[in-house]
Amino acid sequence: MATGTFAESGADLELVGITKRFPGFTAIENLDLYIPAGSFFALLGPSGCGKTTTLRLVAGLEDPTEGKILVGGKDVTNTKPYQRPVNTVFQSYALFPHMTVLENVAFGLHRRGIKDAVAKAHEALLLVELDHVSNRKPQQLSGGQQQRVALARAIVNRPALLLLDEPLGALDLKLRRQMQLELKAIQTEVGLTFLHVTHDQEEAMTMADTVAVMNKGHIEQMGAPQELYEMPRTAFVASFLGQSNLFTGEVSAGPADSLSLEIGGNRIVVPRSRAARHTGKVTLGVRPEKLTLHTEAPAHDATRNVLNGGTVKDVSSSGVSTQYIVSFPNVGDIVVFAQNMVFGPVVHEGASVSVSWNIERGFGLEDHPEEAGKFVPDDSTASIAVAQRKALFAELEGA
Amino acid sequence: MAFAAFASSAQAVDAAPRKSSKVALVLLAPGLAYLALFFLTPLIALILTSLQAPALYGDMGEFVYAFRWENYVSVVNEYGDTFLRSFGYALIATVAALLVSYPIAYFIGVWARKWPVVQAVALILVIAPFFISFLLRTLAWKQIFSDDSWTMETLKALSILGPDAHFTGTPFAVIFGLTYNFIPFMTLPIYTTLERLDTRYLEASGDLYARPSTTFFKVTLPLSMPGIVSGTLLTFIPASGDYINASGDFLGGPGTQMVGNAIQSNFLVILQYPAAAALSIMLMAVILVIVAIYVKRSGTEDLI
Repeated sequence: MATGTFAESGADLELVGITKRFPGFTAIENLDLYIPAGSFFALLGPSGCGKTTTLRLVAGLEDPTEGKILVGGKDVTNTKPYQRPVNTVFQSYALFPHMTVLENVAFGLHRRGIKDAVAKAHEALLLVELDHVSNRKPQQLSGGQQQRVALARAIVNRPALLLLDEPLGALDLKLRRQMQLELKAIQTEVGLTFLHVTHDQEEAMTMADTVAVMNKGHIEQMGAPQELYEMPRTAFVASFLGQSNLFTGEVSAGPADSLSLEIGGNRIVVPRSRAARHTGKVTLGVRPEKLTLHTEAPAHDATRNVLNGGTVKDVSSSGVSTQYIVSFPNVGDIVVFAQNMVFGPVVHEGASVSVSWNIERGFGLEDHPEEAGKFVPDDSTASIAVAQRKALFAELEGA
Repeated sequence: MAFAAFASSAQAVDAAPRKSSKVALVLLAPGLAYLALFFLTPLIALILTSLQAPALYGDMGEFVYAFRWENYVSVVNEYGDTFLRSFGYALIATVAALLVSYPIAYFIGVWARKWPVVQAVALILVIAPFFISFLLRTLAWKQIFSDDSWTMETLKALSILGPDAHFTGTPFAVIFGLTYNFIPFMTLPIYTTLERLDTRYLEASGDLYARPSTTFFKVTLPLSMPGIVSGTLLTFIPASGDYINASGDFLGGPGTQMVGNAIQSNFLVILQYPAAAALSIMLMAVILVIVAIYVKRSGTEDLI
């Protein structure tokens, strides 16, 4: 890239047919992706889905097995990391321990021979409100401060494209919220293109303009966060991005503008416009917060789906809302989120209830129910440890 | 203290625990006794010897206790250039050993990380020379490069060397011997720091527009300084006092005498014990000063 000059604005990023194979497994399979200039794009997925590999490919730290990478329309596939107009905020921050905070931030500027490197580094530190620690060594800072130094070190170069590799992962909740807002503000202020890789769906949804949900080396669905949440196309997206109640069944005859499903003696309807497939065996879903809990069977209403004869299996409060798990014979367990409008739960375990929701709130998935296994979020510490171990082995093998 | 440089993770620790129990004293006692007996006693004896005066009408090698500081003056006058030569040879050998060892250490510690077997084999190869006596190895070099060896004959026949060329007895041979003998001492400490080098720093450097060469000088080299400092000290200190390589029986000759050889001949051949002791004390003092300045200047105290 040109030495001594800054990128005027963010550049777009285009991945064409990218495949990355490591000995023994394929991390990314024929990936096409376009990120417009100036956008805040989040790549969201569980660990091992290939999102970090994608980022490393863009940064030039890995070479794709096949495919092309274009930044601002220029093919950078065969260039070295130091030749790319791209900077990365690493998950581990990777701040040089032998340099002061200021030297760390000025490092990239010095390499490119930019004038007033020190002054510009101070400016960047002011932006992240850390100029007062510019003479300290990174290990003398807290995790959040190190994270902001790493951010300053990257954005001071005004890269056309900024890559963020789960930069907020090591921070506590409060600091993470604060940094999310700051990141978003900085992005708006400097107008760069941000590519943010994360496994935290809330982070992706609050920060990004566009979210791509990645699974097993390919993109499941891409779109605005709200759109993804309201209209997930696959069971994976429906369950990874928030929670969903899913019903699978054969489409039965009904009105022309809607799709109906017979589930355990209940009829579930969804508008055709909100369903991806209209024939055969389909999966319909609805978000838990869209459901209303009734203690008595509600009167018939054509605009609402109703499930009767449920038993409350579990009640747990998260402060803002209460989660009910309601068991229906022949249907299974349904999760309901209810706002805590009144003090305490409305019903208790063992109560018999009905559940209803507006048919306009449901959605129909594109997946063929047979091939798409239901994504079950497994949060037990043992399985996280096993996953970490597997990831480590994979990394060791891949390295 | 200079020896802090050997501890590669010389990170500032919080104030030492205040609990001074009797147990600690008991545990410390054997070590302190050992130091007092085997370090302090000979040192004091050496200092006393260095100030001795020849016995009046005594035999050769007979001295009495005195405070004859002139011993030091005469030693400086007589062996000043030997001192300079020693430190010169040691310095060149240290730099040469560093230039040879760093790539070896980098290969074992960084490149070979993916192949633990290669790493292990390479490490064994570095350590292997220790299985054979230092003297035998140095003698072997003398044989390989003696004037009538086939190596020298071949080199002369190929006109790579002139017809009257020598290897043994030259300063080059002595420096070569020193370098060769101390390479493992240089390689191992550098290897231990490079082995722990986090390659993510190198990735970050490349990401921040640094070419590979710049990354090496700005990131890799500074981060391996603790190993370099330990390695150079472990090479320079023994090399400047070495008397094997420079000895005429091995690779040296009359013109390559180092302080070690002067001490040896004063102690064992001409029986000038005070002169030999004065030389030893001076060697120790000069090395201590050089090392202190070096460690201070290299600024490795605050490196992790």
